[in-house]
Formats: sequence, structure tokens, C-alpha cells
Amino acid sequence: MQKLSDSLTNMAVVLTLIAVITGGILAYVNHMTEEPIANVEKQALEEGIKSVMNDPDVVVAQTIDTTMTLPGTDKESAFTIYSINNAEGEKAGVAVSSTTTAFGGDLQVLVGFDNEDNILGYSILKTTETPGLGAKADKWFQKGEKGDIIGKNPNDEAFKVSKDGGEIDAITASTITSRAFLLAVKRGYLAYKTACEPKGPVVSDTTGATKSTPEKETQEKDIKTPKSK
Amino acid sequence: MNKYFEYITNGLIKENPTFVLLLGMCPTLATTSSAINGLSMGLATCFVLICANLVVSLIKNITPEKVHIPVYIAVIATFVTVLQLILKAYLPEIDKALGLFIPLIVVNCIILGRAEAFACKNNALASICDGIGIGLGFTFALTALGLLREFFGAGTAFGLTIYPENYASLLFILPPGAFITLGFLIAAVNKVRGVSEQ
Amino acid sequence: MEYVIMFIAAIFVNNVVLSRFLGICPFLGVSKKVSTATGMGMAVTFVLTIATIVTFAIQKCLLDPYGLGYLQTISFILVIASLVQMLEIILKKVSPSLYGALGVFLPLITTNCCVLGVAIDVIMKDYTLLQGIVYAIGTAIGFALALIVFAAIREQMELVNIPKGVRGVAIVMITAGLLSLAFMGFSGVDNGLNAVFAN
Repeated sequence: MQKLSDSLTNMAVVLTLIAVITGGILAYVNHMTEEPIANVEKQALEEGIKSVMNDPDVVVAQTIDTTMTLPGTDKESAFTIYSINNAEGEKAGVAVSSTTTAFGGDLQVLVGFDNEDNILGYSILKTTETPGLGAKADKWFQKGEKGDIIGKNPNDEAFKVSKDGGEIDAITASTITSRAFLLAVKRGYLAYKTACEPKGPVVSDTTGATKSTPEKETQEKDIKTPKSK
Repeated sequence: MNKYFEYITNGLIKENPTFVLLLGMCPTLATTSSAINGLSMGLATCFVLICANLVVSLIKNITPEKVHIPVYIAVIATFVTVLQLILKAYLPEIDKALGLFIPLIVVNCIILGRAEAFACKNNALASICDGIGIGLGFTFALTALGLLREFFGAGTAFGLTIYPENYASLLFILPPGAFITLGFLIAAVNKVRGVSEQ
Repeated sequence: MEYVIMFIAAIFVNNVVLSRFLGICPFLGVSKKVSTATGMGMAVTFVLTIATIVTFAIQKCLLDPYGLGYLQTISFILVIASLVQMLEIILKKVSPSLYGALGVFLPLITTNCCVLGVAIDVIMKDYTLLQGIVYAIGTAIGFALALIVFAAIREQMELVNIPKGVRGVAIVMITAGLLSLAFMGFSGVDNGLNAVFAN
């Protein structure tokens, strides 16, 4: 077969053809994988919530997406707060997803609290940390491990790494990751308190997840952080 | 048949893309913090490389010379996106571990390099063999590097504990460890190659 | 303040080459002389900033509204490739002196993964346009800094008697490792600054 010459028509035809074919292939593959991807994400979240609530039968009663500026920073951060009911439809606590910057990027954790604000469990949702380091945090702070945080209240003075005068052992050689992790947990707790507490306990709604975005409310409540410096 | 077999072994040892040609260094260093990560990255690249080589060799005659680079890039990017979507849907753990470096396979110089240097001059079967050889060579290099870093940095191999973690040196898992381990690995490979050539 | 910290973090703390491993090929290839390293650094800064703005516009104005997110990789890389080509033509016409300084490096930039990497990163991290630009410039300066420092070290190494076994690429890698180790000293600086300015 003769190689096509470099005429303008040839080039235009070939480029258009390539664009159409690749676009078509990608649209098809995207269509095929759209559902599995959504399922995977949904499942990951459900499993995460079950594991951090330490109970396989919990149901998400309410989902609140909110952004707020917490004391100690001048940046707005996004939080997602899931109000959780147990199998009998009673409030079992909340799970909060919270993000901080750690050693090499964002660290996103999902923390479960019981009704007394004690930590039930946690799970690392996303980390751009050096693999191996961030991965360690997955186990390190679990029950019975060296940095056990289960059952503790993040509002305690001692909820810090031992280097900073707290009572939690940091991951060996990863103080920054450990600090970031504890900060993420604590910020999740603060966000949950700021967003939910004044309204009293969330009314249980077993019909499914309702979405609300109380952005305005949380901003007004957040008078503790003066914006001006 | 011998010729095709040679294409495969060529990529594995004599023209190993990492140790000898020094191509595709970014994923080599970034994703080898554990053996399993290195292996997945290698196989992901291998898939794109074989597919891209095949398509490029099939369309080599209908591609006008002046626009061959954009055409090849479009072909490679298509396969990378297909791979990315499939991983997201069926192997989310791997997608999570490799993150940004999946879309970055597009700019891995090995793939465009092989399309330019080999696939656009050879037939489909030879191009596939070349893709397999170079791809496996890359996978081999990444797995070896990942294994070494994991072994020295965490005391494990493919996630299995070999010796207590307290004796491991975290440095090997951190970025500097990637450069230094690869440096010594290249020195070792050079030594072996030097001996076998004599 | 947030932007300043982000800028510093992009240059030093998360240095694009030494801790995130983007753009290793030019880092190893174009770092034999300080003068060429400077040229390459400037060219990358130039292209990276413009590419980030253009890809950001494409993502927000074309891909997002029409649900074409899956075309991200292919459209970004083609846009970057044509952008580089266009810049080359424009520079040649408008400013021959700048073209003389940067021209030879421009074709190499298409396959520099830090351009595509940063463009995708800006979208993945959900930055605003201004944040994206600050991040892009910071990253590019970080790249240039690493490249120039490394070139200076390599110039010195010419004069040193290197053990035979590690000559060539091996010693270059090990040197890069030591430089990366030095940059690890900056880790946590951004969080520290954040804490200082927040109180």
C-alpha cells in the first residue's frame, strides 16, 4: 500500500477521522463503565461508613454537605456529615469526612462518632501521601494498635501526638502525617459540632438520604473566626 | 519465528527501557514505593504500549508524514483513557494507588518512542512482539525497584513481612530512596551487562 | 496569604521534580550545564502557566458542561502539543531574541509530564483559576530551581574522580537522591506557615 502524501486534504481527512473514531470509542467505553464506577464509589462509601461506625447494620439518615471556616485557619474547607441511624432507627451517631493537607498532599479521613462524641472508628478515604506512610495510618490508630484513638474524644486536651504534649503515639518517623491525621479527625469533629449541635439531635428519617446544604447557616454560626487580620 | 522471539527478549534485557534506554523515568520513580505498585504500573503501561504499537503499525500507511505525531498521541491517549476507565470501574484499588500517574502514561516517552522508532516501520505482529518485550522489560524493572524499596523500607515483599519493620529504613520508601536505589540498581545492571559482553 | 503559602509549598515543600517525580526526563537530560538548565526552566515556566490557563478553560467551558470528562486526557495532551507548536511559531515572529533563548527547548516540553501533570492536578484538586495559576507558576519555578541547582552540582562533578562502578547515570541518580533528601528538609513548612498566619 502506498503511503499517503502530505496534501492538505489528506491531513484534514485523517485528523478528522482519528478524532471521530477516538471520540466514539471513548464515548462507548465511558458509557459502559459509568455504572460500575458509580457503584464502586457508592459501595466504598457505604462500606466505609459501616466500618467506622463499627456496626454492619447502620443506615445513613441524612447527608449534609457543608463548607466552613474553622478556628485556626483562614481557609474554607468542605466537610460531609452523615447522620447515622442503627438498624432499629435510633440515632447511632455521625460519620464525618474531613480533609487536611499532610506531608505530600491532601489527606481525607472518614471518622465515626457515637452519641457521646467518642470515636468509634476511622478510615482513610484518600491520601496522596507517600504510599507506605499514609497506608500505615490505616492501621496505626486502630483499636489495640500503638496509636489507638478509638473511644477517645477529639475535644480532649490530650488529643495530640506525644511530641506535642498529648497522649497519642505518632507513627514512627512520620510525626507530620500523624499530626495531619489527628487534625483531620479533630476538624471533622468541630465541623460536626458547628453544623449540627445548635439544631439539636437530627430528626430520624428512615426513608433514605436527604440532601441539604446549610451553607448559610454554618457561616453565620461561625463567628469565632474573624476574617480580617 | 526466531525474529519475533528476539524482539521480545531484546526489550527484556538488551534494550531494557529503564536500565539501558533510561526512558519513562517519572513513573519508574514515583510508583515503585512497593512491589505491587510497581507491578501494576508496569502492566498498565504494558497494555497501552502493546495496543498503541499494534494500532500505529496498522495505520502507518494512511498517516500523512506531517501529522503523524498528533495522530499517534491521539491513539495513545485513547488507550490510556480506556485503561483509566476500566481500572476505575473494576480495580479501584489500583486506580487509587497509582492516581495521577495513570493519565500520565500518555506522556511516557517509552510509548511515543516505540511508536516512532519501531511500530511505524514494522508489521503488526512484530510491533506486538516489540510491545510485549519492552512492556515486560519495563514491568520487570519497576517490580524489581519496588521490591527492593519495599524490602529495605518496610521489611516486606509483596506485602508479606520478611523482617520486623523496626529494622527497616523508611528512607527507601521516601522520594530520595527512589533515586538512590535506582542509581545503585543501574550500576549493578551495568556491571552485569559489562561482564556478559566481554 | 493563602496564595503565598501555596506558592512556597509548590516550590519547596512539594517540589515537582524531587518529591513528586514529574518532569524527570528533562531533569536528567538537560542538566549538564547551568546555562541550558536556565533556558529550559524559563521555557517550562512559560508553557506551564499558559497551558494551565487554557486547559482550565477547556475543562470548565467545554468538558464539564457537556459531561465530557472522559475526554480530559486526550484533549489536554493535544491542546498542550498544539500550544507548544503555536508558541514556537509566535515567538519566532514576535520576539526572535526570546525564541533564540527558548526555541530549542520548546519541542521537548510536549512530552514533559509536569505540564500535563499540573494541568490535571489543578482540575483534580478543584482549584479556582487564580489558585491554579499560582500553583502552576510555583510548580514551574520549583522545576526550574531544581534543574538549575542540579546542573550546578553536575558541573562541579565533572572535576571529581568518581568510583568506576557508578560512573554515568548511576551517580547522577544518587546525586538527585541527595538533593531530594535536602529538599525534604522543607517538609511541614507550609503547615507551619499556615499555623503562624492563622493565629
